[in-house]
Amino acid sequence: MSGENRLPAGGRIDRSRKVSFQFNGRTYHGYEGDTLASALIANGVSVTARSFKYHRPRGIVGSGVEEPASLVELEGADASGNQPITTVRIRNGLRVRSVNCWPSPQFDLGAVNQLFASLIPAGFYYKTFKWPDWQLFEPTIRRAAGLASAPSAPPPHGHFETRNAHADVLIAGAGPAGLIAALAAGRAGARVFLADEGPEPGGSLLNRNLVIAGRPATDWVGEVSRELAAMDNVVHLQNATVWAYREHNLLIVNERAPAHETVLERNWQVRARQVICATGAIERPMVFINNDRPGAMLASAAQAYVNRYAALPGRRAVVFTNNDSAYSAAADMKAAGIDIAAIIDSRDCVPAGIGRQVPGIKILKGHVVTAAKGYRRVRSVTVSARNGGASQSIQCDLLAHSGGWNPAVHLFSQSRGTLRYDDAIAGFVPDAPAQSTHSAGAAAGLMALNEALASGARAGHQAASLAGFDADIVEIPDAHEEPYAIEPLWRVEAPGPRGKAFLDIQNDVTVDDIHLAMREGYATVEHVKRYTTGGMGIDQGKTGNINIIGAVAARKGARMQDIGTTTFRSPYTPVSFGAIAGLREGGVHLPYRHTPVTAWNQTNGAVMYEAGARWQRPGYFPCEGEGFQDTVNRECRAVRERVGVYDGSPLGTFELKGRDVGRFLDFIYTNVMSSLQVGNGRYGIMLSDDGLILDDGVAFRVGEYRWIVSTSTGNADAMHQHMERIAQVERPQWEVMITNVTSQWNNATVCGPRARAVVEALGTDIDLSPEAFAFMALRDGTVAGLPARVARVSFTGELSFEINVAPRHMRKLWDAVMEVGAPFGIEPVGSEANHVLRVEKGFLSLGHEVDGTADPHDLGMSWVMSRKKADFMGKRSVALRRAGGAARRELVGLLPVDPNTPIPEGAPLTPKGRREATEGLVTACVWSVANSRWVALALLKDGHSRQGETAYARLKDRVIPVTVTAPVFYDPSGELLRS
Amino acid sequence: MLVITCPFCGPRSEREFAHGGAVSSARPDPARVGDAAWVDHLTVVSNPLGPVHERWWHARGCGAWLTIWRDTRTHDIVGGPDVR
Repeated sequence: MSGENRLPAGGRIDRSRKVSFQFNGRTYHGYEGDTLASALIANGVSVTARSFKYHRPRGIVGSGVEEPASLVELEGADASGNQPITTVRIRNGLRVRSVNCWPSPQFDLGAVNQLFASLIPAGFYYKTFKWPDWQLFEPTIRRAAGLASAPSAPPPHGHFETRNAHADVLIAGAGPAGLIAALAAGRAGARVFLADEGPEPGGSLLNRNLVIAGRPATDWVGEVSRELAAMDNVVHLQNATVWAYREHNLLIVNERAPAHETVLERNWQVRARQVICATGAIERPMVFINNDRPGAMLASAAQAYVNRYAALPGRRAVVFTNNDSAYSAAADMKAAGIDIAAIIDSRDCVPAGIGRQVPGIKILKGHVVTAAKGYRRVRSVTVSARNGGASQSIQCDLLAHSGGWNPAVHLFSQSRGTLRYDDAIAGFVPDAPAQSTHSAGAAAGLMALNEALASGARAGHQAASLAGFDADIVEIPDAHEEPYAIEPLWRVEAPGPRGKAFLDIQNDVTVDDIHLAMREGYATVEHVKRYTTGGMGIDQGKTGNINIIGAVAARKGARMQDIGTTTFRSPYTPVSFGAIAGLREGGVHLPYRHTPVTAWNQTNGAVMYEAGARWQRPGYFPCEGEGFQDTVNRECRAVRERVGVYDGSPLGTFELKGRDVGRFLDFIYTNVMSSLQVGNGRYGIMLSDDGLILDDGVAFRVGEYRWIVSTSTGNADAMHQHMERIAQVERPQWEVMITNVTSQWNNATVCGPRARAVVEALGTDIDLSPEAFAFMALRDGTVAGLPARVARVSFTGELSFEINVAPRHMRKLWDAVMEVGAPFGIEPVGSEANHVLRVEKGFLSLGHEVDGTADPHDLGMSWVMSRKKADFMGKRSVALRRAGGAARRELVGLLPVDPNTPIPEGAPLTPKGRREATEGLVTACVWSVANSRWVALALLKDGHSRQGETAYARLKDRVIPVTVTAPVFYDPSGELLRS
Repeated sequence: MLVITCPFCGPRSEREFAHGGAVSSARPDPARVGDAAWVDHLTVVSNPLGPVHERWWHARGCGAWLTIWRDTRTHDIVGGPDVR
C-alpha cells in the first residue's frame, strides 16, 4: 500500500511506477518522483529523526535543501551520510537509516539525554576545558557528537568527473526569474549556463498553484524549457547546484545525476562573464515553545507536499504566520482535504485581498501560538492574544507555520557582494555587487511572481548586453500575485508555558542558548554562532540564522541592520569529495615520472621507490632468498670491488647559454665558476639569499658561452624557478637563457675500479686514459655506437663515468652496459646502496646533512665559499648568521662504540645521554661494507673540535655511546675517484 | 582561481602560474648596507590591506616573470601586468 495519506490524484509523481524502499529496516512504498520525505508523509510516518543533542523526536520540517530536522544515511552501493530526508529520491531497493538514534527514531535510547538537558546547554563542553581535565570527557563527547558514518569504500558502479567551462552568462536557479533570464540571454545569442538544484526546472512554481498567461505556471515552465533545449548556445543542467562563487567570476557547479552510464557526479568550474543569482528565497519558521515537534512544519512545505507530491502531512491543521504567504498554503491544504482549524496571524491587520484566498477559514488576528503540545506528534496548540490574555487550546495534528522569507543571498555574499536589511520584507537583500553579478526574483527580495518575471527578464537582458549580446527585451508573460506583506515577529514572548523554543533545529539551539551566550559576553553574531553552534549544522542555518539575528537584535534592543549576518561560505549545500576530486586520484592525481629503464628494472625484480619530484627509481635489486641488508651489502661490494651501474637520468639538468652565463653562475654559486675551462666541470653549492643551502651539484662548461648545470633530483623544478627569477628579475641586463633539459638527457653511470675497463669494452672513440680524461672533465664522442657525452663525476667515491645519451638511445646503452659488463662482474645498483656509498665518503645529501640550518662552513666545506668574489647569493647572510659567535652544529662522523649497533637516522644527541635539550642529531647511519661496521654522520654542536670524544645518542629506551670522528670512512684523500 | 594576464600570453588561469611573493625593496648592495637593513630586506614582506604589488612566474606557459597589483581584500587585479 503506498500510503494512507496519499491523495487519489494529482502531484508530479508517476503513479505508473511504484517504488519500494526500506526506511530504518521497514519496507514502504511510494512512486517515481517522490522524495523520501514525501513518500514517508504519504505513508503516515511521523517521527523520522532524533535531535542532535537532546534526542527529541523530530519529523519533517521543510521540502527541500533547507530541511533542518531529518538527516538520513544511505546504505549499500550508494552509501553516503547526512543527506537531508527531503532531497533523497526514492528508487527500488533503496535502504536508508535515520542518523543519531538507536535503535530507531520511534524508540531511541539516546532520549535519556533529555533528563540532563539543564547540564548540557550551549557551549557546555567549553566548561570541561577548565576543570577537572577535559580529556576525561572527550571520548564520551566525541561518541555522542557526530551523525552518520562515512562510507568505507568508493562506489563500485561508476566514477566522478570534473570539467571546465566558460559562459557569457551563468544563471543560478531555474525558477521563474532564472528561466526568463535564460530565455532573454539565450535569445540574444549569449552562451548561457543555467544550473538548478532540483530534479526538474520551475523552482517554487512546482510547489504552488500559480497562473502564468492564463495557464498553469508549470505549462509555461515546460514551454520555456523546450525552447532553451533547442538553443545550441544554452547549457541547462538540473540536479546541479551552484555551490561556490569565487573570485574573477569563477563558479563551481555540482551536477549530481549526469545522463551518463558511468559518471556518478560531475563538478564544473565555470568562468562566467556575467552571473545572475536567481536562487529564490527560503522560508523561516516561527519561534515558540516546542516548535520542533513532529507535525510542525513550514507552511510552504505543507503546500509543496499537497501540490507536488499529493501527500497529506496531516488531517487537521493550524496555520501560524506573520505574513501573507501562508494564506495560499492554507488554501491549497484545504483544497486537498485538510481541515484548517484556524489561521493564527500575529498581525493586528490582514490585507483584505489575502483574507479572500481562504473563504470559510477562521482567522485569529493579533494572536500567537504560545506552545505546541504533544511529544511524538503535535496534538494541539495553545493560542493567546499577542499582548497576553487568556489562552485557548486548538486540536490539530499539523502545525504549518511561516515566519517570513529569507532571500537566498548565499552565492551573492560569497562573491563579496554586500547586503542590506529591507524592512519591507523583513529580510536581508543584495546591496552592492563586488563582481559582475545581478540578482533577480525572490533572491533580490522581489517576492511576487510578476516581479520575479520582470526582474529576471531585465537581468537576463542586461547581463547579455554587458557580455556583448544585444537584443530586444523578451516579452514578460502575464502573472498576478498579491504583493507580499509581513510584520516580523522574531519570537513569541509567552508568559506561562515553559519549554524550549528552537532557533536552530538541527543543532538543538534554543532562544535560551542565545541569551546564555550573550550573558557570557558572546554578543556579536559571529561569536553567538560559534558559542552556540547555531547555523553550523549541515543545513548551515538556512531556516534558523535570520531568526537567531532577530533574537540577538530583540535582546539587545538593536536593529537587524546593526546586528548583520555571519559570513556566508561555500559550499551552499554539501558536495561529495568524489565530485571535487573527479578523476584526480592515484596515478592520475600525481603521475609518476619514468626513465626508459623502468621496464628493465621491473623485469629484474627491482623494488621501486619514489625519488623526489615523483620519479620512480629502483631502491634495490634483491636476489632470491636475500634479506634487505644482504642485497644492499652485495650491491655496495660490487661497486667497491668490481663495477656497478645506476640510472642517473632523474637528476635535474639545465642548459645555460649567453654572454653572461659565467658571471651569472658566479652570482648563484658560492664558488667561482667563470674560470672553468671548456670541457671541465666543478662541484658547487647554491645558497638562498638568506644564507641557507638550496642545492648542490656539478656545473660543466661545454662551450665559451654554453654550460650544463645539474641539480638534485627532487629540487629540479624549484631550482628552475630560482634561476629564472634571478635571470629575469634580479639581473635582467645579463644575457642568460635557461633551458630545462632534464628530459632530454638520460645517463647510465658506471662506477667502480673496473669502470674504465667496462667503458673501453663498450667501444668508444674517447681517450679514457687518466692523462687525457681527468676527474671532473667532460668529453663528447661515441660510446657503444651511440652519440654520447661522458662526464667523470662521482657520487659514490669510486672511479666513475656518467654516460649521457638521448632518451631514445638509453635502453640500448643500458642493455649494452649490462652485457659488456657481465664478464667484469657488473651489478645494477639502487638508491639504497648509493646512500651507503655516499655516507662512507661523507658526501652531502639534501634532507640529511643539509637540514635547513647548516651552512657550508658547518659542513666542513669552507673551501667552497669563495673569498675572492665580492658578492654572491647568500654571502652576506652566512657571515651575518655566524657573526653572533653562537655555537654551531657541525658535520662529524660517528662510530658507535659497539660496531654492531646501529643508530636510527634522526636520533638526537644529548649531553652525556641525559634527558636534556639536544646538542645534535644523527643525519645518516649505514652498515659500511668497507669497514664491516655501522657508521654514521651527524650534526653536532662544536663538532669540529670534538673529534675523538664520546657522544651519546638518546633513544626512547636506551642510550648509545659513539665516538666522534671526521665525516669520512673510506678513501679520505679521494685517490680512487681521481684515478 | 584568479585570471592573470601574462604580458606575452594574455589572460590565463592562475593554475599556470607560480606565486613569487610580494615585490620587496630592491636588493641593497650587500657590501654597503647595514645588518638591520639587510635583514629587513630579506624578511619584511609587504602585506597591505588593499593593492599589493606581487610577482608571478608563468611556469606552465612561456616562463616569463611578471608583476601585477592585486587587491588583497577582493582579489581584483588593479594594475599590471608588467614584465619582471
